[in-house]
Amino acid sequence: MIYSEQKPWEEITSYLEEDEKVFVLGCGGCAAASGSGGEEQVAELSSKLEEEGWAVTGSRVIALLCNKSLDGIKLARDTGQLEEADSVLVACCGIGIQAVGKVVDKQVHPANDTISMGDFHGIWPSEETCERCGECLLEYTGGLCPLTVCIKGLLNGACGGSHEGECEVESGRPCGWELIYERLEDIGRLDLLATYNEPKARKKYEYEPDMERRNSLHWAIEAEEGDERG
Amino acid sequence: MNVGKFREKVRDREFVITCEAGPPKGTDIDEMLEELDEIGYLVDAFNVTDQQSSVMRLGSLAVAHLIEDLGHETVYQLTCRDRNRIALQSDLLSAEVLGLENVLALTGDYTNLGDHGDAMPVFDLDSPQLLEVIGQLNSGVDMNGNELKGATDLFPGASVNPGADPLEPQILKTKMKVEKGAEFFQTQAVYDSEVLKRYMEGLRDEGIDVPVLVGILPLKSAGMARFMNKNIAGVSVPDNVIELLEDSSNVVEASLDVCARVIKETRDFCEGVHLMPMGWEEYVPELAEKSGIA
Repeated sequence: MIYSEQKPWEEITSYLEEDEKVFVLGCGGCAAASGSGGEEQVAELSSKLEEEGWAVTGSRVIALLCNKSLDGIKLARDTGQLEEADSVLVACCGIGIQAVGKVVDKQVHPANDTISMGDFHGIWPSEETCERCGECLLEYTGGLCPLTVCIKGLLNGACGGSHEGECEVESGRPCGWELIYERLEDIGRLDLLATYNEPKARKKYEYEPDMERRNSLHWAIEAEEGDERG
Repeated sequence: MNVGKFREKVRDREFVITCEAGPPKGTDIDEMLEELDEIGYLVDAFNVTDQQSSVMRLGSLAVAHLIEDLGHETVYQLTCRDRNRIALQSDLLSAEVLGLENVLALTGDYTNLGDHGDAMPVFDLDSPQLLEVIGQLNSGVDMNGNELKGATDLFPGASVNPGADPLEPQILKTKMKVEKGAEFFQTQAVYDSEVLKRYMEGLRDEGIDVPVLVGILPLKSAGMARFMNKNIAGVSVPDNVIELLEDSSNVVEASLDVCARVIKETRDFCEGVHLMPMGWEEYVPELAEKSGIA
């Protein structure tokens, strides 16, 4: 079970600024169970988008979007609506978003942030992986996760160590940022390569700090004293 | 003594020479310092590597400090491989109080390329983010906006790989690094001035005007050249250079000639040279002579 939650509405709509027509996709697996990508949320996303002026060419909830080979088959019936759309908004975990990015020849926008593995690990039959960072960046990277596709998890472009498209670490492993570059080129969004991504907050990687405890730390005492001194 | 001059010269777009200094694996530092001291008169700054190739060594912070004590300026290299954001910022503050001025912000090689392959790779920040952090420390706050009791006054630089293929993302990354505060760049080793020329033209097309120091690494044999072509990112030694080394009765002379040619050919569009002698420190004076930068 992979928990995900919907991103803030302003963030989702900022991704769609250049698009007029959108296809909305949800996942009937973990995202539905998380309350972030089931029938209800997809319907809600679609109607909110239409209220704010976007044309929703279609929507669908597919069970287990993480299964890339089945995604292709299940989305075949929506080919017309997908073709009509400028992009696809995917309400799912990071794996499902990446899987959709590989089967749909359009930009995918993440509607969700993936937070944790929940009770037990999901099983996905392909190479897309997600670190549950809670700050999904797939919007800027062509639907390929820089944290997992790049062995160093770099957020702002290749390290310069790749050789003939291969990662410096092992032969046969492609440079993740070269894959991102190729993907952005394919969907005509090389402009996104100039996006500067801030350091990760990592808040959702870890347990929320217990503020009571933090306040007992030396740093808090120092800060308090500083305030008193003025 | 020319301490403090490097920043001034780079900003004035004067020609500068840096020379790589790789700290030893261990604590015997005297021999290294003596070697560097001998060629110190030729260089504007010694560029001290941070556990290069992920091999555990004596630290760049301490060695840069010792070199500065000899009266030579340094560029302190700092990679994101081994330190999280707390340690990186702390080391930058340490650099400031030790009198270091110039910092080269690097991502770093992956951990399993060195002699501690099982070490945890950190990469909490990447190089553009590290550059931004340096700017923040310079302005008197840490990266979370907490006020510092005493700011840094560091001069940040970064590295580029002009031989990267595809080149476009490398140029965009250079641009991002400039936007995040990088004031000079040193390049991967260059053997073909056309490669660097193409990169510089790419920068110009993007409206980027920043000092670039061409990376010069003397080839010790034709075998080394072939090895680099096969294994080192973005390095391409042209066939005619390999043949030259193979046919020469004096490899040192031939190798220095190759380097001197690159330096001369790039002089028009580069602001300096970054030498990586890798054990050939003794030939640095001869190379400087041959290339007209002495």
